[in-house]
Amino acid sequence: MNTESLVPVTVLCTHYRVEMSFFSNLEEIGLVELESIEETQYIPSGKIGEVEKIIRMQQDLNLNLEAIDVVFNLLDKVNGLQNELHSVRQRLRIYES
Amino acid sequence: MEYIDYYKVLGVKKDATEAEIKKAYRKLARKHHPDINPDAKDAEKKFQQINEANQVLSDPENRKKYDKYGKDWKHAEEFEKAGQQRQYSSGGPAGGFGGGGNFSGGDFSDFFESMFGGGASSFGGASSGSRGGSRQFKGQDFQAEMRLELREVYETHKRTITVNGKTIRLTIPAGVADGQAIKIPGYGGEGANGGPKGDLFLTFTIDNRTSFQRDGDNLYATVDIDLYKAVLGGEITVDTFDGKVKLKVPSGTQNSTKVKLKGKGFPVYKKEGSFGDLYLTYQVLIPSELTEKQKELFTELANLSAS
Repeated sequence: MNTESLVPVTVLCTHYRVEMSFFSNLEEIGLVELESIEETQYIPSGKIGEVEKIIRMQQDLNLNLEAIDVVFNLLDKVNGLQNELHSVRQRLRIYES
Repeated sequence: MEYIDYYKVLGVKKDATEAEIKKAYRKLARKHHPDINPDAKDAEKKFQQINEANQVLSDPENRKKYDKYGKDWKHAEEFEKAGQQRQYSSGGPAGGFGGGGNFSGGDFSDFFESMFGGGASSFGGASSGSRGGSRQFKGQDFQAEMRLELREVYETHKRTITVNGKTIRLTIPAGVADGQAIKIPGYGGEGANGGPKGDLFLTFTIDNRTSFQRDGDNLYATVDIDLYKAVLGGEITVDTFDGKVKLKVPSGTQNSTKVKLKGKGFPVYKKEGSFGDLYLTYQVLIPSELTEKQKELFTELANLSAS
C-alpha cells in the first residue's frame, strides 16, 4: 500500500479526542484494518469517513462497536439488495415492453 | 419562523420525566440517524429536530425557559429583560457541543436560535450526545439527482449544474447507467470546527424514450419482418442506436429468432471506443387480410405441404 495514503493513528486520536485503545478495539472487531510501519500504526485515509461514522454512531446513538458492526453489515446488505432490485427492475422492463 | 413543539417532536407528554425524554430521544435518534439512513433525503433534518428537542428538554433550565416562553418565543427576550433573574446568556462554559451532535455544524432552527440565542454557544454542554467543541468533522455528504435522456448519455458531454448555490461544471462520461452515482469531492456540507467539506453524490436517472431496451451495455430491440422475407430470406434495413444497418435474413427464419450485432450496443462507461452488443428479436408478421388470390395460393401451399 502506498504510505502517502496512510494517516498515523496518533494524529486521529488527537483530532477526535479518542484513546489509542479505541482504534485497537476497532481493529479487534474487524471494523478497520491498521497498518504497522516501524512501530507506528496507520489507517488508510480512505477509511477516515468510516471512522467518523463510527464515532458519530457511538456518541449520538450510544451504540457499542459490536452493534455498529452489525449496522454496517446490514447497511451493506440493504445497499446490495437495492442495487439488485434496481437491476432486476431494469431487466423486467425489457420483457414487459 | 414557526413555534416548534419539542414535546411533539419527541412524542412525549408535557410532564414527561427526564428518563422518559432520554428514552424517547434515544429511540428516535436510532431510527432517524443520517448514518443509518444514508438514502433518506430528510434524515438529517429530522435528526436535527430530534436533537434540538433533546437539547432543550433534557436540560432543566432550558426546558423551564421553553415551557415558560415557548409559544411566546417572539417576546422571550423582552420578558427576560423585564427582570427575569435567570440568565441564559451566550458564552456558556467551554466544551459545549459542536454542531449539536450533527453533521453540518451549528445548524439550528430559527425558532431554536431565537429562543436560545444562536445555537451551540448558548448551551453549556447540555447534550448527552454532545461532542468536544473543537473536534473536527468532515461536512455532511450531499445527495443530488440528475435526470438525463438515454440519447444524451450515448456520448460524453459536459453539463453545468447548480447545487446549493454552487455551480459545478461536469463531464458526464458516455455509458452512465440508470441509478449510477458519482462522487464530486468537496461539494458537500461545510465541515464542523474547520473540518473538510463533505462530498456531493450525484445519482443519474436515465429516462429511456427510445425503442431500445438497455441492460448494462447491451441494447435490445424487436424488429418486424414480413412472412415472405422470413420464409424466402432477403435483406432488411434496421435501426441501431447510431444509425441504420442492412441485414441479411436467411430463408426459413423463425419467429422470435435473436440476432446479435456485435459492438452496436451502448458505450461502455469510461472505456472509450468500447461498446456493448445489440440484440434484435425478429417478429414475423403474419398477413391478416388476404386477397382471394393470396388465399388460393396459401391453400395450394398448404396442400403441397400436406401431401
